[in-house]
Amino acid sequence: MEDVGSVVAFWALAVVTLGAALVTALVRDLVRAVVALVVSFLGVAGLFVLLSADFLGVAQALIYAGAIPVLIVFAIVLTPRAARDNAETGMRWPALVLAGALAGLVIAVAVATDWGDGAREGFRETASAIGEALLNRYVLPFEVASVLLLAAMLGAIVLVRED
Amino acid sequence: MIPIQHFLVLGAILFALGVYGVLARRSAVLILMSVELMLQAVSINFIAFAAYLAPQEFRGLIFAIFVITIAAAEVGLALAIILRLFRNRATANVDEVDTLRW
Repeated sequence: MEDVGSVVAFWALAVVTLGAALVTALVRDLVRAVVALVVSFLGVAGLFVLLSADFLGVAQALIYAGAIPVLIVFAIVLTPRAARDNAETGMRWPALVLAGALAGLVIAVAVATDWGDGAREGFRETASAIGEALLNRYVLPFEVASVLLLAAMLGAIVLVRED
Repeated sequence: MIPIQHFLVLGAILFALGVYGVLARRSAVLILMSVELMLQAVSINFIAFAAYLAPQEFRGLIFAIFVITIAAAEVGLALAIILRLFRNRATANVDEVDTLRW
Protein backbone atom coordinates (compact mmCIF):
# COMPACT_ATOMS: atom_id res chain seq x y z
CA MET A 1 0.00 0.00 0.00
CA GLU A 2 3.00 2.27 0.16
CA ASP A 3 3.33 2.71 -3.55
CA VAL A 4 2.31 5.66 -5.66
CA GLY A 5 0.08 3.50 -7.81
CA SER A 6 -2.60 2.99 -5.20
CA VAL A 7 -2.69 6.71 -4.42
CA VAL A 8 -3.10 7.55 -8.09
CA ALA A 9 -5.77 4.83 -8.38
CA PHE A 10 -7.61 6.24 -5.36
CA TRP A 11 -7.77 9.76 -6.76
CA ALA A 12 -8.75 8.58 -10.23
CA LEU A 13 -11.51 6.36 -8.84
CA ALA A 14 -12.67 9.10 -6.47
CA VAL A 15 -12.94 11.64 -9.30
CA VAL A 16 -14.79 9.17 -11.53
CA THR A 17 -17.18 8.08 -8.76
CA LEU A 18 -18.01 11.56 -7.52
CA GLY A 19 -18.23 13.07 -11.02
CA ALA A 20 -20.62 10.38 -12.20
CA ALA A 21 -22.66 10.71 -8.99
CA LEU A 22 -22.86 14.46 -9.54
CA VAL A 23 -24.15 13.87 -13.07
CA THR A 24 -26.74 11.43 -11.69
CA ALA A 25 -27.91 13.93 -9.12
CA LEU A 26 -28.15 16.85 -11.53
CA VAL A 27 -28.96 15.69 -15.07
CA ARG A 28 -32.57 15.78 -16.24
CA ASP A 29 -32.52 12.98 -18.78
CA LEU A 30 -33.33 9.68 -17.08
CA VAL A 31 -31.28 7.46 -19.39
CA ARG A 32 -28.21 9.66 -18.98
CA ALA A 33 -28.68 9.49 -15.23
CA VAL A 34 -28.70 5.67 -15.39
CA VAL A 35 -25.51 5.58 -17.46
CA ALA A 36 -23.77 7.94 -15.01
CA LEU A 37 -25.04 5.78 -12.15
CA VAL A 38 -23.40 2.69 -13.72
CA VAL A 39 -20.11 4.57 -14.04
CA SER A 40 -20.36 5.62 -10.40
CA PHE A 41 -21.07 2.03 -9.29
CA LEU A 42 -18.07 0.76 -11.23
CA GLY A 43 -15.92 3.42 -9.57
CA VAL A 44 -17.13 2.24 -6.17
CA ALA A 45 -16.33 -1.36 -7.19
CA GLY A 46 -12.80 -0.21 -7.99
CA LEU A 47 -12.57 1.44 -4.58
CA PHE A 48 -13.61 -1.84 -2.94
CA VAL A 49 -10.82 -3.64 -4.78
CA LEU A 50 -8.44 -0.88 -3.68
CA LEU A 51 -9.49 -1.61 -0.10
CA SER A 52 -8.51 -5.25 -0.80
CA ALA A 53 -12.13 -6.39 -0.59
CA ASP A 54 -11.97 -8.14 -3.94
CA PHE A 55 -15.05 -10.33 -3.50
CA LEU A 56 -17.18 -7.30 -2.66
CA GLY A 57 -15.80 -5.47 -5.67
CA VAL A 58 -16.87 -8.25 -8.01
CA ALA A 59 -20.27 -8.58 -6.33
CA GLN A 60 -20.69 -4.81 -6.63
CA ALA A 61 -19.84 -4.87 -10.33
CA LEU A 62 -22.22 -7.77 -10.99
CA ILE A 63 -25.21 -6.73 -8.90
CA TYR A 64 -25.04 -2.95 -8.71
CA ALA A 65 -23.49 -2.15 -12.08
CA GLY A 66 -25.14 -5.08 -13.84
CA ALA A 67 -28.54 -6.02 -12.49
CA ILE A 68 -29.92 -2.88 -10.85
CA PRO A 69 -29.50 -0.59 -13.92
CA VAL A 70 -31.36 -3.17 -16.01
CA LEU A 71 -34.32 -2.92 -13.63
CA ILE A 72 -34.17 0.88 -13.66
CA VAL A 73 -34.04 0.95 -17.48
CA PHE A 74 -37.10 -1.32 -17.47
CA ALA A 75 -38.90 1.18 -15.26
CA ILE A 76 -37.92 4.07 -17.54
CA VAL A 77 -39.09 2.25 -20.65
CA LEU A 78 -42.36 1.13 -19.07
CA THR A 79 -43.24 4.64 -17.89
CA PRO A 80 -43.04 6.41 -21.25
CA ARG A 81 -44.23 9.90 -20.37
CA ALA A 82 -42.40 9.98 -17.08
CA ALA A 83 -39.22 11.34 -18.63
CA ARG A 84 -40.65 14.82 -19.21
CA ASP A 85 -40.64 17.66 -16.73
CA ASN A 86 -37.77 16.54 -14.56
CA ALA A 87 -36.87 19.97 -13.28
CA GLU A 88 -35.92 20.21 -9.66
CA THR A 89 -38.67 20.91 -7.17
CA GLY A 90 -38.98 24.12 -5.20
CA MET A 91 -37.04 22.36 -2.45
CA ARG A 92 -33.84 22.71 -4.46
CA TRP A 93 -32.08 25.32 -2.34
CA PRO A 94 -33.12 23.90 1.06
CA ALA A 95 -32.00 20.49 -0.20
CA LEU A 96 -28.66 21.94 -1.30
CA VAL A 97 -28.15 23.60 2.09
CA LEU A 98 -29.13 20.46 4.00
CA ALA A 99 -26.91 18.18 1.89
CA GLY A 100 -24.00 20.59 2.23
CA ALA A 101 -24.46 20.86 5.99
CA LEU A 102 -24.65 17.08 6.31
CA ALA A 103 -21.48 16.57 4.26
CA GLY A 104 -19.70 19.28 6.25
CA LEU A 105 -20.70 17.72 9.57
CA VAL A 106 -19.65 14.19 8.59
CA ILE A 107 -16.37 15.39 7.07
CA ALA A 108 -15.59 17.46 10.16
CA VAL A 109 -16.16 14.45 12.42
CA ALA A 110 -14.16 12.13 10.14
CA VAL A 111 -11.21 14.52 10.06
CA ALA A 112 -11.32 15.40 13.77
CA THR A 113 -11.51 11.81 15.03
CA ASP A 114 -8.33 9.96 15.89
CA TRP A 115 -8.44 6.74 13.90
CA GLY A 116 -5.33 5.24 15.45
CA ASP A 117 -2.05 4.85 13.64
CA GLY A 118 -3.82 3.82 10.46
CA ALA A 119 -1.60 0.77 10.05
CA ARG A 120 -3.65 -1.65 8.03
CA GLU A 121 -2.67 -4.89 6.50
CA GLY A 122 -5.81 -5.43 4.44
CA PHE A 123 -7.81 -8.61 4.14
CA ARG A 124 -6.47 -11.98 3.18
CA GLU A 125 -8.67 -14.34 1.14
CA THR A 126 -11.93 -12.48 1.57
CA ALA A 127 -14.10 -14.94 -0.36
CA SER A 128 -13.49 -18.01 1.81
CA ALA A 129 -13.58 -15.99 5.04
CA ILE A 130 -16.87 -14.33 4.06
CA GLY A 131 -18.37 -17.70 3.17
CA GLU A 132 -17.36 -19.15 6.50
CA ALA A 133 -18.64 -16.15 8.44
CA LEU A 134 -21.96 -16.16 6.59
CA LEU A 135 -22.61 -19.84 7.30
CA ASN A 136 -21.36 -19.86 10.88
CA ARG A 137 -21.70 -16.71 12.87
CA TYR A 138 -24.07 -14.81 10.60
CA VAL A 139 -26.24 -17.70 9.48
CA LEU A 140 -29.43 -16.20 10.96
CA PRO A 141 -29.20 -12.87 9.09
CA PHE A 142 -28.21 -14.85 6.01
CA GLU A 143 -31.41 -16.87 6.16
CA VAL A 144 -33.49 -13.81 7.00
CA ALA A 145 -32.03 -12.10 3.93
CA SER A 146 -33.10 -15.01 1.72
CA VAL A 147 -36.64 -14.83 3.13
CA LEU A 148 -36.58 -11.07 2.54
CA LEU A 149 -35.57 -11.55 -1.10
CA LEU A 150 -38.36 -14.10 -1.58
CA ALA A 151 -40.89 -11.74 0.00
CA ALA A 152 -39.69 -8.85 -2.15
CA MET A 153 -39.99 -10.96 -5.29
CA LEU A 154 -43.53 -12.07 -4.42
CA GLY A 155 -44.46 -8.53 -3.44
CA ALA A 156 -43.23 -7.13 -6.73
CA ILE A 157 -45.21 -9.73 -8.68
CA VAL A 158 -48.39 -9.09 -6.67
CA LEU A 159 -48.02 -5.31 -7.02
CA VAL A 160 -47.77 -5.23 -10.81
CA ARG A 161 -50.24 -8.03 -11.53
CA GLU A 162 -53.20 -7.05 -13.68
CA ASP A 163 -56.41 -7.43 -11.74
CA MET B 1 -0.55 5.03 2.06
CA ILE B 2 -4.04 6.40 1.82
CA PRO B 3 -5.40 7.56 5.18
CA ILE B 4 -8.85 6.34 6.17
CA GLN B 5 -10.13 9.92 6.18
CA HIS B 6 -9.92 10.01 2.37
CA PHE B 7 -12.43 7.18 2.11
CA LEU B 8 -14.68 8.68 4.79
CA VAL B 9 -14.75 12.09 3.10
CA LEU B 10 -15.49 10.43 -0.24
CA GLY B 11 -18.36 8.53 1.36
CA ALA B 12 -19.69 11.72 2.98
CA ILE B 13 -19.72 13.62 -0.33
CA LEU B 14 -21.38 10.70 -2.11
CA PHE B 15 -24.01 10.50 0.63
CA ALA B 16 -24.67 14.25 0.41
CA LEU B 17 -25.16 13.98 -3.36
CA GLY B 18 -27.70 11.24 -2.69
CA VAL B 19 -29.48 13.36 -0.07
CA TYR B 20 -29.69 16.26 -2.50
CA GLY B 21 -31.08 13.97 -5.20
CA VAL B 22 -33.73 12.50 -2.90
CA LEU B 23 -34.90 15.91 -1.70
CA ALA B 24 -34.71 17.94 -4.90
CA ARG B 25 -35.73 15.59 -7.71
CA ARG B 26 -39.25 15.11 -8.99
CA SER B 27 -39.10 11.80 -10.78
CA ALA B 28 -39.53 8.75 -8.56
CA VAL B 29 -36.97 6.87 -10.66
CA LEU B 30 -34.36 9.58 -10.06
CA ILE B 31 -35.13 9.53 -6.34
CA LEU B 32 -34.56 5.77 -6.37
CA MET B 33 -31.19 6.25 -8.07
CA SER B 34 -30.22 8.80 -5.43
CA VAL B 35 -31.12 6.32 -2.69
CA GLU B 36 -28.76 3.87 -4.37
CA LEU B 37 -26.00 6.48 -4.22
CA MET B 38 -26.58 6.85 -0.49
CA LEU B 39 -26.39 3.08 0.00
CA GLN B 40 -23.12 3.08 -1.94
CA ALA B 41 -21.67 5.71 0.36
CA VAL B 42 -22.61 3.61 3.38
CA SER B 43 -20.97 0.54 1.82
CA ILE B 44 -17.74 2.48 1.23
CA ASN B 45 -17.70 3.48 4.90
CA PHE B 46 -18.39 -0.07 6.10
CA ILE B 47 -15.57 -1.53 4.03
CA ALA B 48 -13.13 1.27 4.88
CA PHE B 49 -13.77 0.78 8.59
CA ALA B 50 -13.42 -2.99 8.24
CA ALA B 51 -10.17 -2.71 6.27
CA TYR B 52 -8.54 -0.10 8.51
CA LEU B 53 -9.80 -0.83 12.00
CA ALA B 54 -10.46 -4.57 12.22
CA PRO B 55 -9.03 -6.43 9.22
CA GLN B 56 -9.02 -9.75 11.06
CA GLU B 57 -12.80 -9.69 11.41
CA PHE B 58 -15.08 -9.38 8.46
CA ARG B 59 -18.03 -7.57 9.99
CA GLY B 60 -17.82 -4.62 7.61
CA LEU B 61 -17.76 -6.90 4.59
CA ILE B 62 -20.73 -8.89 5.90
CA PHE B 63 -22.65 -5.65 6.44
CA ALA B 64 -21.79 -4.49 2.91
CA ILE B 65 -23.08 -7.78 1.51
CA PHE B 66 -26.36 -7.27 3.34
CA VAL B 67 -26.53 -3.69 2.06
CA ILE B 68 -26.24 -5.04 -1.49
CA THR B 69 -28.95 -7.62 -0.77
CA ILE B 70 -31.33 -5.04 0.69
CA ALA B 71 -30.65 -2.72 -2.25
CA ALA B 72 -31.59 -5.44 -4.73
CA ALA B 73 -34.86 -6.16 -2.91
CA GLU B 74 -35.56 -2.45 -2.53
CA VAL B 75 -35.05 -1.67 -6.22
CA GLY B 76 -37.36 -4.50 -7.27
CA LEU B 77 -40.14 -3.39 -4.95
CA ALA B 78 -39.72 0.31 -5.65
CA LEU B 79 -39.94 -0.25 -9.39
CA ALA B 80 -43.09 -2.32 -8.92
CA ILE B 81 -44.58 0.55 -6.92
CA ILE B 82 -43.53 3.07 -9.59
CA LEU B 83 -45.14 0.95 -12.33
CA ARG B 84 -48.33 0.65 -10.27
CA LEU B 85 -48.31 4.39 -9.67
CA PHE B 86 -47.85 5.07 -13.36
CA ARG B 87 -50.72 2.77 -14.23
CA ASN B 88 -53.06 4.45 -11.76
CA ARG B 89 -52.08 8.11 -12.11
CA ALA B 90 -50.20 8.26 -15.47
CA THR B 91 -47.29 9.98 -13.77
CA ALA B 92 -44.10 8.94 -12.02
CA ASN B 93 -43.44 12.35 -10.47
CA VAL B 94 -43.79 12.39 -6.73
CA ASP B 95 -45.12 15.95 -6.55
CA GLU B 96 -48.16 15.06 -8.66
CA VAL B 97 -49.16 12.27 -6.31
CA ASP B 98 -50.87 14.52 -3.80
CA THR B 99 -54.18 12.84 -2.98
CA LEU B 100 -53.34 12.80 0.72
CA ARG B 101 -52.15 16.41 0.70
CA TRP B 102 -54.25 18.69 2.84
